[in-house]
Amino acid sequence: MAAQIFSAIFVIIIGVGGCVAYFWGANKLLDLTFPSRGVTGTAAVNNLRRQGLVRPWLFVGPALIILTIYLIYPVIATLWLSFLDRGGTSFVGLANYEWALRDPDLRRSILNNLLWLAVVPAACTFLGLIIAVLTDKIWWGTIAKSLIFLPLAISFVGASVIWKFIYEYRGEGQVQIGLLNAIIQHFGGQPQVWISLPFWNNFFLMIILIWIQTGFAMVILSSALRGIPEETLEAAVIDGANPFQIFWKIMVPQIWGTIAVVWTTITILVLKVFDIVLTMTNGQWNSQVLANLMFDWMFRGGGDFGRGATIAIIIMIAVIPIMVWNIRQANKETGGH
Amino acid sequence: MAVATGKSFVSRFGVHIAVLVFVAIWTIPTLGILVSSLRDKDQIVASGWWNSFASSSQTEAGRLPPATAQTQKDGKYVLEGNIFGDGAKRNISAFGVKAAAPTQYPAGSSADLGDGITLQVNADGSFVMTSPKAFEGDRGQRLYYASSAPPKFTTDNYQTVLFSEGIGRSFMNSLTVTIPATVIPILIAAFAAYALAWMRFPGRALLIAVIIGLLVVPLQMSLIPLLKLYNGVGTFFGVPSKTYLGIWLAHTGFGLPFAIYLLRSYIAGLPREIMESARIDGASDFEIFVKIVLPLSFPVLASFAIFQFLWVWNDLLVAMVFLGTAPDQIVLTAKLNALLGSRGGNWEILTTSAFITIIVPLIVFFSLQRYFVRGLLAGSVKGG
Repeated sequence: MAAQIFSAIFVIIIGVGGCVAYFWGANKLLDLTFPSRGVTGTAAVNNLRRQGLVRPWLFVGPALIILTIYLIYPVIATLWLSFLDRGGTSFVGLANYEWALRDPDLRRSILNNLLWLAVVPAACTFLGLIIAVLTDKIWWGTIAKSLIFLPLAISFVGASVIWKFIYEYRGEGQVQIGLLNAIIQHFGGQPQVWISLPFWNNFFLMIILIWIQTGFAMVILSSALRGIPEETLEAAVIDGANPFQIFWKIMVPQIWGTIAVVWTTITILVLKVFDIVLTMTNGQWNSQVLANLMFDWMFRGGGDFGRGATIAIIIMIAVIPIMVWNIRQANKETGGH
Repeated sequence: MAVATGKSFVSRFGVHIAVLVFVAIWTIPTLGILVSSLRDKDQIVASGWWNSFASSSQTEAGRLPPATAQTQKDGKYVLEGNIFGDGAKRNISAFGVKAAAPTQYPAGSSADLGDGITLQVNADGSFVMTSPKAFEGDRGQRLYYASSAPPKFTTDNYQTVLFSEGIGRSFMNSLTVTIPATVIPILIAAFAAYALAWMRFPGRALLIAVIIGLLVVPLQMSLIPLLKLYNGVGTFFGVPSKTYLGIWLAHTGFGLPFAIYLLRSYIAGLPREIMESARIDGASDFEIFVKIVLPLSFPVLASFAIFQFLWVWNDLLVAMVFLGTAPDQIVLTAKLNALLGSRGGNWEILTTSAFITIIVPLIVFFSLQRYFVRGLLAGSVKGG
């Protein structure tokens, strides 16, 4: 273990030192190759121009190389692998996609993912908005916000344990140590094994993600609400609008852009949801989702890379519209810069 | 906000109540595992954690000694003793002799069992049963009693989990993964961000668009090709394919688009005059970056560092694919997931392990919340 700590520290030093040495050294080398000081006339102008051509690439170079290896190349490779067999050696055409159309597990996962997509972003945005509006009105709102924000720092696995404890089931008539069943038994209801109830168990898993992500929606929307000009609200109050009208007709329309951003961010997260399903049910009792199914295929029986890659492509296709929209928005904003 | 003005007391009160309910729902689950992790492991299963400050009570059944133990006193036959034996620690609140009414008599009272037989059970478990006739039979009287144990809090669970369940080792593994994976991307991203914000070169707009596109590419797209690549490199050089170096680089790669995006939007917003006056004074891009941009960017670098730290610490997927599950590599999240399988019903182990995995993020989060929120706003409001 001591060796491990030592090697970690060693790597930090090597890594950071290496980065510094590269940037400093490469820059120095460029200055020496095309000197701009100590030469005069056209030589200096030419050298400055050459420096200007090369230097940006020295700066973005390392990032570009890492991005290429870890993201750009894999995206292309995954697309290619989805046309290959399980070992990734021979071409099988569209066989994996044909399998994807027929496989009942995959169909179940897509349906579940759609259910997650319909519920989680909407619930997080709605709850986040309500909490942001309410906490803005009270003196202890900041404390309330930090407490609701707190689950965002908790890992999905940790959150799963926290909620598994809440859903814990003991036979009827026994002392219930899970909060949910204890409440239900207290009011005379029947305790349930929540995470294995087909269909409804999806919602009990979604609650975990909603619990984590509402804080995110709340913080972003709260800051957008602060940006609403005070005059529009005052004018509405003078005109006799009630709080609900002010909320739906004055506040919400002015922050549509932010709502869309929160919604799409959570949508992407939902498409990739993996940890919660793996730790709570591992896809049993009809709760499978795409990301967990893919993980399953990657390692099941030595792994089927072709089918795994096909599932990844399905997730990617769902993300592409959001990706295009983001790039357009960013182009609009940066425009001339 | 102006909306709240002129509202009745009732509606203001309603807002407080509503927020209180939300805060309760969002904190009680975490409180549950914190409290449970500190409870005695027998009490965790005996009563809900919300009752942990009350004595935990349970109804039990037992038998009094058989007739052979009887003595004679003042012309009556007497059976005496203590139902807990010698190690009495619990308190009896009530007792009974019928299964249908196990708590019929309060402790200390004398119960009339008919035929002149009386039974008294005291709170400490001592009992006296008297009868005018001799007791018969070799099976003693059936006895039911409700007992309670005082609340017991302990740090034993933490000792067990840290030193015998391997969580302590996993904690070190998580730190080993997280710290380099947080530090390495910062400098690489900062240089790239400066170039993309303030230097002119062909292809810059395309690069920015590519990075914004990569922001949302699902991690799943990278897993299989990288796994193959790592396996290939491992075989080619005859080294293990699951190494700390591999996961540091993987986290660096996956974190870079967000890092560059976040840093670029901040650095692009720095005042142009500062850069230009420095350039007129003869400073090169390298000098401007190191002496002006880097110090001014401290807040955004801190934001990114917190994000990356939380993301790497909390990650399960990347660790499960690129790192082994042997004790010298398994990280906290993966260990907790494994414990869920092997220690499914042992809540003292699960709650304690879960609390250990979330404590570091919570500390980071609370102490640096300002930077975290700032990064969140900069990172998402502009379209990420």
